[in-house]
Amino acid sequence: MSRVLVGVKRVIDYAVKIRVKPDHSGVVTDGVKHSMNPFCEIAVEEAVKLKEKKFIKEVVAVSCGPTQVTETIRTALAMGCDRGIHVEVSGKDYEAMGPLQISKIFAALAKKEEASLVILGKQAIDDDCNQTGQMTAALLDWPQGTFASEVTIDGEKVKVVREIDGGLETIKISMPAVLTADLRLNTPRYATLPNIMKAKKKKIANMKPADLGVDEPPTRLAGVKVETVDDLVAKLKANGTI
Amino acid sequence: YTFPLLTLDSVEMERFADEADVVIVGGGPAGLSAAIRLKQLANEQEKELRVCLVEKASQIGAHTLSGACLEPSALNELFSDWKERGAPLNTPVTEDVFSLLTKKYRIPVPMLPGLPMNNHGNYIVRLGHFVRWLGEQAEELGVEIYPGYAAAEVLFHEDGSVKGIATNDVGIAKDGSPKDVFERGMELHAKVTLFGEGCHGHLAKQLYRQFNLRENCEPQTYAIGLKEVWLIDEKKWRPGRVEHSVGWPLNRNTYGGSFLYHLNEGEPLVALGVVVGLDYTNPYLSPFREFQRWKHHPFIAKTLEGGNRIAYGARALNEGGYQCLPKVTFPGGMLIGCSPGFMNVPKIKGTHTAMKSGMLAAEAIFPKVTAKDLASETAGLHVPEYEDNLKKSWIWKELYSVRNIRPSFHSYFGLYGGMVYTGVFYWILRGKEPWTLKHAGLDSAQLRPAKECTAIEYPKPDGKLSFDLLSSVALSGTNHEGDQPPHLTLKDDSVPVANNLAIYDGPEQRFCPAGVYEYVPLETGEGMRLQINAQNCVHCKTCDIKDPSQNINWVVPEGSGGPAYNGM
Repeated sequence: MSRVLVGVKRVIDYAVKIRVKPDHSGVVTDGVKHSMNPFCEIAVEEAVKLKEKKFIKEVVAVSCGPTQVTETIRTALAMGCDRGIHVEVSGKDYEAMGPLQISKIFAALAKKEEASLVILGKQAIDDDCNQTGQMTAALLDWPQGTFASEVTIDGEKVKVVREIDGGLETIKISMPAVLTADLRLNTPRYATLPNIMKAKKKKIANMKPADLGVDEPPTRLAGVKVETVDDLVAKLKANGTI
Repeated sequence: YTFPLLTLDSVEMERFADEADVVIVGGGPAGLSAAIRLKQLANEQEKELRVCLVEKASQIGAHTLSGACLEPSALNELFSDWKERGAPLNTPVTEDVFSLLTKKYRIPVPMLPGLPMNNHGNYIVRLGHFVRWLGEQAEELGVEIYPGYAAAEVLFHEDGSVKGIATNDVGIAKDGSPKDVFERGMELHAKVTLFGEGCHGHLAKQLYRQFNLRENCEPQTYAIGLKEVWLIDEKKWRPGRVEHSVGWPLNRNTYGGSFLYHLNEGEPLVALGVVVGLDYTNPYLSPFREFQRWKHHPFIAKTLEGGNRIAYGARALNEGGYQCLPKVTFPGGMLIGCSPGFMNVPKIKGTHTAMKSGMLAAEAIFPKVTAKDLASETAGLHVPEYEDNLKKSWIWKELYSVRNIRPSFHSYFGLYGGMVYTGVFYWILRGKEPWTLKHAGLDSAQLRPAKECTAIEYPKPDGKLSFDLLSSVALSGTNHEGDQPPHLTLKDDSVPVANNLAIYDGPEQRFCPAGVYEYVPLETGEGMRLQINAQNCVHCKTCDIKDPSQNINWVVPEGSGGPAYNGM
């Protein structure tokens, strides 16, 4: 039971009013206040709590994106993570990146770092995808405990109380596993100034997706509209999907 | 809004402390220029110097708001190669227009060279972006910058000199009790602490009292500046054009005016706003609504029609100038920038003087703080040379020459008297006249009782040119952690209803540009109470300045709360 990987995403702060770029190619991000995704903060807090309870030895904070994400990794380090990994993706590649690429990166890192747990926020507040955790688990063929509102380690197993539509569901999964944090899991601690100062001395390793064997995201092709269901079935058969 | 004392036995009360050579409070033009200058000197002379800067905004520039037309004099001295370094001075001023507005018409006023408002050689900047660039330069030079941490307390040595500052405790619930995530703030000790909190800083207020710094100067007088940024129709965009106006909608005895600057940074952006002197007398006046209705004037509306508002914010600025300059050095520290207040009011520029004051402070401190025979470990350094250098610099000459323009508005003739004074005395004599006019006194004492004044009928916002307060506040991106004690504190809870509401009809409902103060009926039926929506606060400081009872005390909230301005 040694290592936990925590994913953190740098997103536009929730209180800021979003502005669409005049050329409609995206939203304005330059100079806009960004912060750590609130669900990622909860994920970091849970990982640090597990370390404080001595269930794990090391917490590694990971973020994918341009240079600015190192600030977010630094905040995670100030909250108690031991070291960071910055997977560098910038410009157009960053804008085209989605949960599938991130999951591939996390899956590769989880294997490389021999992690026992990967803890992520349940979703990011900018795209609300709610996919990365689940996809990572599928790529690794690991069990997943998503929407966690309570996590308890029990030997080689993890008991997860999940928030589902009908109420709460309790499952027991074996490690290694992927967990995603929901709102009520914990209250994240503040990154205090002395800890920010100490965090400057902690290491953040730098790498590219290619170093992990992950390709660039494929260019997204335009969709095709069809008139009838029969057309749809014919097209899906033609391109081999069914 | 009194709350119970913290129970101390259950929480860890020891504060972590760290030492630096110089600590700077505030990451604005003054603080950053001081930090940069210190590191430039240290690198030149190959000396080690630890300079730490704390800033309450979540990122450098997020709490910065100004017009602004930058005079590059101080920047040229700080970085002669600022252009190569990519300083965002992208819009040289090409046209300078001054108007006297009436309700429907506009009287052009010639912008003769020599008049203080003449902007030849200056740049229209987005000050928030400029400050962000200064922050990047400072970090490259080795300054430790900590945004998101507010200096909440001044620390003193046993001999009364300043020892440094402490950041605020976090994780305190609204009722004052510690939450699970409670953490004590941190102490930063320094040989000298520079306070660059901007206009009406909350720690500066304490320092004035502690060291009696204001005994030989007039009380500071202020104005509130409200600003918006608009994306306008390209056909109306004239990059480099500077427009100023006085007159409508303010009456001749209310000091104020407007600005509208066309930026040249790719998109057709204009920065515009209204400044209202806080020595106004009518408690029914709402600076926000004056701003909104000003935009409907035909001369202004024609630029904005078809455009979109993308940003809003507000901040107090100082108007006192020369007569209101306090002592700026004391054992262990000094005041820089708009905090003591070096703004050149008729020019409406304070950035260049703020930067220069920071640089002068750095130059005065550096030899003393790196001297081998440092006097004492248990007393803060006193550097009175800073004040001497200020008096010998161009800041002093500039402020002295324009000292009489703002007070000249206090006669019966108000605006017209001021314009005549500027045109006659300043333009001809350049401030060499032997007399020094006085200001009217404390801004908070200027309000007349509501029953002596007439309410102002403001037009309803039309949603296209003018807007309501709450949607404007949303655009500022301001937010604070909800579960914390409100940072707008009252010295006496009964005073707002008994005094402000009873005599002045609750002027704080009108002068706050963020809708923080509301008088709402009591749930029990009879009477009203003051509701403080602290989360809306944009940190402008107007309430602390203008409250006629001087009962509101603005203290700093948890770090990284407040507006999220981007290039304001």
